Amino acid sequence: MLCLLFSLAGRSAAQTKNDDRPIPILTGNAGAFSFVTGGQNLIDTQVNPVLLLPLGDRWLVESRVAFEGMFQRPPGGGPYQGPVTKHIDYAQVDYIASPYVTITAGRFLTPFGIFNERLYPCWIRALQPDPLILPINTAPSDGVMLRGGFALNSAASLNYAAYVSATNIGIGSVDSERHVGGRMGFFFPGPRLEVGGSWQKTLQDDRKNAFGFHMGWQPAKAPLNLRAEFAHSFEGSGYWIEGAYRLSQAHFWQKAMRRTEVVARAQQFFVGDIGAEGEAALALPGANTREADFGINYFLRDGLKAVASYGRQFGPAGNFNQWTYGVAYRFLIPLGPTGAQ
Amino acid sequence: MTAGRWKSIGAILACILALVSFVLAGEPSGKKDAAASPVIHATDADTMRLQGEQRFRANCGRCHAAPHKFPPRMMATVVRHMRVRATITDEDMRLVLFYMTQ
Repeated sequence: MLCLLFSLAGRSAAQTKNDDRPIPILTGNAGAFSFVTGGQNLIDTQVNPVLLLPLGDRWLVESRVAFEGMFQRPPGGGPYQGPVTKHIDYAQVDYIASPYVTITAGRFLTPFGIFNERLYPCWIRALQPDPLILPINTAPSDGVMLRGGFALNSAASLNYAAYVSATNIGIGSVDSERHVGGRMGFFFPGPRLEVGGSWQKTLQDDRKNAFGFHMGWQPAKAPLNLRAEFAHSFEGSGYWIEGAYRLSQAHFWQKAMRRTEVVARAQQFFVGDIGAEGEAALALPGANTREADFGINYFLRDGLKAVASYGRQFGPAGNFNQWTYGVAYRFLIPLGPTGAQ
Repeated sequence: MTAGRWKSIGAILACILALVSFVLAGEPSGKKDAAASPVIHATDADTMRLQGEQRFRANCGRCHAAPHKFPPRMMATVVRHMRVRATITDEDMRLVLFYMTQ
């Protein structure tokens, strides 16, 4: 199947006389991190290749696979050991039907909030630890989605996604979950402000609703990136707010400062109604939790950054520190003639 | 099947029908390529480059730092991917592609 798609993509590219037609690309990211949580070290290595296969003028086949190894010393001591997991984050076919609508089918990232779809890759995220509310309603969806964006006027544009899914989630007594949902956002290019909301409804059992809000702001006069999300669901509720500031305006050590970013994040999580088993399966905290994180990122070169952060989590079971350090790398490999001179 | 479930299915079908109608209504006339590079007059190039840079900072900069520029055919794939992923508008995509390949 993959060979057929590659040959179609190659033929499509070869038939055209233009030298700016898209070619297949293997991109993605890799990272190696050390998470020291309450004194326990976890070494996390991950490779997340993304295959992009454009077909003709309107089609795109794209897929991301996650390979992740998490290694810890056993309680009694000894060498690091742990599981290596692999799973398909998404494998989807996109059809650009019109300037306003793209139709997506297959397994896709659930557009609930913005972190899961836009900020998840380790080379993009400003802090490596996941937000506490990330697992809420963000399991991959299997189905069909319509999405797109268009300008409302010169001062605002609208982006949207609407989807239907029947996903096998295998949690507790719920072996599969059918749901519908959508997300809508308004972007104001003047102040560089985006605000939006998400909604999802399960189509079985208690047919519960979940909703969330998100915002992002990049003021033109400062290299600041401010983002926030709120989510409410039967799985749990909470919010995070994060600011990332590039030190490019500093008047000292300018060469180093413009490569440096400092980050702070505050977040809170409130438990839902899925019980301890469901929380553990979704990797949600088992109790109401607060957390504050501070980090620093240094961009060594394009696509490569060194990261470090400190966080403290506050919960009824006790408070603990979380230190993180590591490197994140984004790669991009052409799988055809690039058209470069 | 309960009446509520039928109502939900009816609502979903109505939404899909409405969106399909929207797709058909929004389809450009003729065979114009939705993702192709724009036709550019030389006098417009500077303006487009400037606008492309603004759109790049406004759209791409919302999530990640600016990457180096890549060869045109790679950039065309990346921009198509980002059009879907980041739901950027058709116009923004064309201007960003122009900026990143000139």
